[in-house]
Amino acid sequence: MNIIVCIKQVPATTNVQIDDKTCTLKREGVESIINPFDEYAVEEGVRLKEKLGGKVTVISMGPPQAESALRETLSRGADEAVLVTDRAFAGADTLATSYTLAMAIRTVGQFDLIICGKQASDGDTAQVGPGIAEALDIAHVSYVRKIEQTTNKLDNPADNCMRVERMMEDGYDIVEVPLPALITVVKDINTPRLPSLKGMMAAKKAQIPHWNAEKINADKSRIGLSGSPTWVKKIFYPPPRKGGDMLSGEPQELAKKLVDKLRELKVI
Amino acid sequence: MDYFLDDDQKMIVELARKFAHEKIKPVREHYDETEEFPWPIMEELAKLDLCGIFVPQEYGGLGKTIFETVLLVEELSKVDGGIALTLAATGLGTFPIMLYGTEEQKKKYLPDIAKGKKQVSFAITEANSGSDVASMQTIAKKEGDYYILNGTKCFITSAGDSEIYTVVAMTDKTRGSRGASIFILEKGMEGFTFGKKEKKMGIRASSTRELVFNNCKVPRENLLGKEGQGFIIAMKTLDISRPGVASQALGIAAGALEDAVEYSRQRKQFGNPISSLQAIQHILADMATQVEAARALVYATAKMVAADMKTRHTRECAMSKLFASDVAMKVTVDAVQVYGGYGYMREYPMEKRMRDAKITQIYEGTNQVLRNEIAAALIKENLQKSSS
Repeated sequence: MNIIVCIKQVPATTNVQIDDKTCTLKREGVESIINPFDEYAVEEGVRLKEKLGGKVTVISMGPPQAESALRETLSRGADEAVLVTDRAFAGADTLATSYTLAMAIRTVGQFDLIICGKQASDGDTAQVGPGIAEALDIAHVSYVRKIEQTTNKLDNPADNCMRVERMMEDGYDIVEVPLPALITVVKDINTPRLPSLKGMMAAKKAQIPHWNAEKINADKSRIGLSGSPTWVKKIFYPPPRKGGDMLSGEPQELAKKLVDKLRELKVI
Repeated sequence: MDYFLDDDQKMIVELARKFAHEKIKPVREHYDETEEFPWPIMEELAKLDLCGIFVPQEYGGLGKTIFETVLLVEELSKVDGGIALTLAATGLGTFPIMLYGTEEQKKKYLPDIAKGKKQVSFAITEANSGSDVASMQTIAKKEGDYYILNGTKCFITSAGDSEIYTVVAMTDKTRGSRGASIFILEKGMEGFTFGKKEKKMGIRASSTRELVFNNCKVPRENLLGKEGQGFIIAMKTLDISRPGVASQALGIAAGALEDAVEYSRQRKQFGNPISSLQAIQHILADMATQVEAARALVYATAKMVAADMKTRHTRECAMSKLFASDVAMKVTVDAVQVYGGYGYMREYPMEKRMRDAKITQIYEGTNQVLRNEIAAALIKENLQKSSS
């Protein structure tokens, strides 16, 4: 089974400072890590490969330093990694990012399954995974917490499908999806392994190709800032919640105070 | 202190540290309480390729030296010196095979050790033969294609859980220490059984049992080196492995220091963290200085051994084990003191470290015997100087 995993490098903290002028995250001086949800995606890809054979290719779009995140996935069992990087990609919103990653996946070629983390810990949009599936015109299931069964026959690829559990607020759905497909995974799906020493040593030496816009045949009008219909107008911290008013007294007195207060606020 | 580690060495430290904190820390109390053998941990260590880093690459290991092994054992021991010991003990049991094994013996045993599939135990000690190795009672008698072993070894680390045993026995009692030989034994050999599991003060995640040989039939090809070489092989093995025990002691001390500093900043008394009290600060400063001095000596010794495995570095190896283990004892006692009443409670990791530290002053040569060795080396050196 050929699996593609998309990852993002994010700041190590959830407490990132915001640049008021550019409305972007201040990344300077903050340690970078693999988006935690993507670690589950990589692990699930590697587990599927170990079970069914095939290959795991990890793709990330980002600046050159995102190579370190890709290297880490190689040390944890991924076979190949590609960094999609070009100044022209800068400022991409989720639509342009989805398109760019989809074009990179087309460049990789044949695949049976794409796995993404459910969302990135910095932007928290959860849109890129499904966005890639739309750009590639394949089915997707988001919030997968378990892969129940995979049918992956080489002789009859049209029958290939996968049965998964999709996490819902009040339980889970069992969904069957034809392959190739894209899934996004939640943290319940597995426990990511630590890298092996031999894996770390091999990853250190691995050559990670850098693909630019030209290499992936991207339409210039659909990438980066110019290909992004979403514009961040303002970014701000929500105001902290104020404490409520506390009423005190005997029950009868309290009831009166409460009604008066509600009348005053024109609630009743 | 920066010891200018290379990239691979940094990786080993980083991975070992991560593993120790994520996988060992949550279960160390469990293994200390139950005295179970930490199989799940050993299996995970194997998956990360951390088991046989000292095994040469041609036998499936990473071909790393004693120095990298020291770094690994130190890092694991910071969290649990008992679990780290299982890994170090396998090293001790494996070195005789690496040093004196034939190509066939190496091919047969080293790959499984490198993969972490099999643990190894080294057996010299007997009930009445501790520091006085030459008084050993276990006999190996040659009969046709076999050696017949009779006797009992005691206090053998990982015994019963290991698959492979390197055992010292007397092939010619009349020749004293020159009559000793080493054999490779496998669990399940005819006439080879285990005694009861010992209940210990510390390092309780590590198992300790007797080896009982009752007309145990060992094939002739399992003799390591030549007949009569047993004592010299054992001494060389112990020289090489002493930096390993030293690094276990160093790790226990360094872990105690890390936790004590952290705790002193959290624990408030008289309205302030106790780290603001000079009485505590001076304890921490002394602990840190001793740990760093031990580390410098252990690393320097390990590098010396790594650079030249052929020459014996008896004095330096003895010094590093002696010094690091004394530091471990002192530093863990002080760390318990910094923790105060909490330090004495089993809910906190400090009293365990104090119990674990004690063995490092005793095994693989008591610190008193090591002082003898160091003094003997000094005197010999001076004799050679004055006679030349």
